[in-house]
Amino acid sequence: MRRIISILLENEPGALSRVVGLFSQRGYNIETLNVAATEDATLSRLTLTTNGDDRHIEQITKHLNRLVDVVKLVDLTEGAHVERDLMLIKVRADSTQREEIKRTTDIFRGQIVDVGPRVYTIQLAGTTDKLDSFVSAIPEADILEVVRSGVAGIARGEKVLRP
Amino acid sequence: MIVNAELDIAAESQESVEMLSGGEMIARALEDEGVEFIFGYPGGAVLHIYDALFKAASVPHVLVRHEQAATHAADGYARATGKPGVVLVTSGPGATNAVTGIATAYMDSIPMVVLSGQVQSHLIGEDAFQETDMLGISRPIVKHSFQVRHASQLPLVIKKAFHIAASGRPGPVVIDIPKDITRPDERFPYEYPQSVTLRSYSPAVRGHSGQIRKAAKLLLSAKRPIIYSGGGVILGEGSDLLRELARHLNFPVTNTLMGLGAYPGSDRQFLGMLGMHGFYEANMAMHHSDVILAVGARFDDRVTNTVAKFCPGAKIIHIDVDPAAISKTVTADIPIVGPVRAVLTDLLEAIRSAQGNDESATEAVSLDPWWKQIEEWRASHGLWTGRRFGESDYIKPQEVIQSLYRITEGNAFVTSDVGQHQMFAAQYYKFDEPRRWINSGGLGTMGFGLPAAMGVKLAFPEDDVACVTGEGSIQMNIQELSTCLQYNTPVKIINLRNNYLGMVKQWQDMQYEGRYAMSTYEDSLPDFMKLVESYGHVGIEVKDKNQLDAKMAEAFALKDRLVFLDVFVDPMEHVYPMHVAPNGSMKDMWLSKNERS
Repeated sequence: MRRIISILLENEPGALSRVVGLFSQRGYNIETLNVAATEDATLSRLTLTTNGDDRHIEQITKHLNRLVDVVKLVDLTEGAHVERDLMLIKVRADSTQREEIKRTTDIFRGQIVDVGPRVYTIQLAGTTDKLDSFVSAIPEADILEVVRSGVAGIARGEKVLRP
Repeated sequence: MIVNAELDIAAESQESVEMLSGGEMIARALEDEGVEFIFGYPGGAVLHIYDALFKAASVPHVLVRHEQAATHAADGYARATGKPGVVLVTSGPGATNAVTGIATAYMDSIPMVVLSGQVQSHLIGEDAFQETDMLGISRPIVKHSFQVRHASQLPLVIKKAFHIAASGRPGPVVIDIPKDITRPDERFPYEYPQSVTLRSYSPAVRGHSGQIRKAAKLLLSAKRPIIYSGGGVILGEGSDLLRELARHLNFPVTNTLMGLGAYPGSDRQFLGMLGMHGFYEANMAMHHSDVILAVGARFDDRVTNTVAKFCPGAKIIHIDVDPAAISKTVTADIPIVGPVRAVLTDLLEAIRSAQGNDESATEAVSLDPWWKQIEEWRASHGLWTGRRFGESDYIKPQEVIQSLYRITEGNAFVTSDVGQHQMFAAQYYKFDEPRRWINSGGLGTMGFGLPAAMGVKLAFPEDDVACVTGEGSIQMNIQELSTCLQYNTPVKIINLRNNYLGMVKQWQDMQYEGRYAMSTYEDSLPDFMKLVESYGHVGIEVKDKNQLDAKMAEAFALKDRLVFLDVFVDPMEHVYPMHVAPNGSMKDMWLSKNERS
């Protein structure tokens, strides 16, 4: 089962490598990884998605909690949450394709953020599924480049992850 | 004017505070932390620190002959005393040489603080002379690590390092220190913190009371219980409470390799070590138990044999201070996270209170049938009966350990290396007290024994310290014979000499039809008598089994000399019992070369 684990991490040099190293060291898989500073400069917020059964995820969260740089973590998939992945996708847009791509972008509520004579760059935010659907809606041969941020997530309601 | 006024105030407030250089801060902080010994080796990146240590002359430094030995010596010191071992090495090769010893400490959860030098800050990342990414290299084998960015951080970083290393589930902490941080010409205010709190690190202090009550109830209803206790009981200083609990309940006890001594080895309720080379009665009792109380043990693969076949009828209560150790390999029915002392105290109370309440309601479960069964196992194949090894013209390695036990009256600190000799020592020396058996259990590091013995002897100069080893292991750190002379650590090296890498040979006998691929030295072994004499020590050879006790006694009678006792033992001997693998359970054992359980 896919899980979204969100971590408050000390904003220290090497802290990220401890998290990433743990996954390779113990044979766990990271599917997406997103990390940036928070409003508190001493803390980073890291969101990662991984796959596994309950037992597997329990081991992952226990070992993450053991890292001294991990302040707190939550498995967002255990409750209601909002998740977003950001994609920048560069597609071939010749005169014949431009209308169709524009339409598809609108349907997905994306935005064309850069226009060239033969290319569009489209920005799209949403769940992983939505982004995957958009990618499959574009003919494969027309996709020139895909950049995704990885999932960022937050719990719904008043639940917060703070030190 | 304003600027000057501010400077005056700053100067005034600093008058009461001592101004020290980075190097001086390290020397002082180690003193303030109560460090008794530093084990290390100097080099370019740590010369400022060494100069400060030399001038302060407050904490004795032990100059090893190889950095790996520094970590093992600090490790041996830590295991024997319970206090963190301290290591100081230079950058690059100094740091990488320390890696095996750090990994050894990590696998056995031994508190250790390793100060490693680093090239100057501005050179980091430039592949400078003797530069290596020590934080990166050591990351998977440390509890935590720091790189110091400014000298003023040193007191707090060092305090944090000792706090992290020694609390919760202990482990090694590396502090990487660029050379410029320790320069003598820049001074900063020094104040060593009394205590430290970290928002991201707070080990459990009590077990969950509801879980403890559930555990008490389950224990009191058990018909075939067993206590399976590990190194965590020793690390958590819970040995006295474990004894109280076991005696109160009249439960049998087995210890892991790391837990030997937590429960007295000569006690009637003790079934011996369990696991791959565990005692027959211990493995049988585990397999047939209905309730297992696991305390500070981690269901290691050398204990469980095939996990899917592990103790099929048992409910498992697992006490550990590290939540990640619980249900890692074997799922616990009642997990209890907490320090062993606090949990055992609460558990004893819960048991007594449950017994008080229920006295009239339920009769206590009789353990007589269970003990009867255990005694039958013990009588048929038990190690203590001595039938595990037969008569031979050779000295049997097991007899050497029994002789060591007799001559030292069971009171020695015994370190070991890794291999057959380690298992024989674990099986045949009955450790009655914790912290007396010092071996590399998790990582299985050959070369551990001699430097570890050195660390133990420095901490306990009046006690007998024996290093049980073999010709393979001893040569991995034999250079430390020189250190032993310099610092006057007269340990006794008991070399079980069989002229093979014994444990490798045993596996080759059992699984590779006796093809001894690279497990013999042919005629290349040194003359150990001349070798140890050239290092200034005493060598004694034993070839006649009738002289074993006399020579052993002679070695220990030489109180102030290091003695290398070279005992020629049966080269064909195997360690038994031995778990049948793969696909065996706890009860599937080889009992001798041609007998299976």
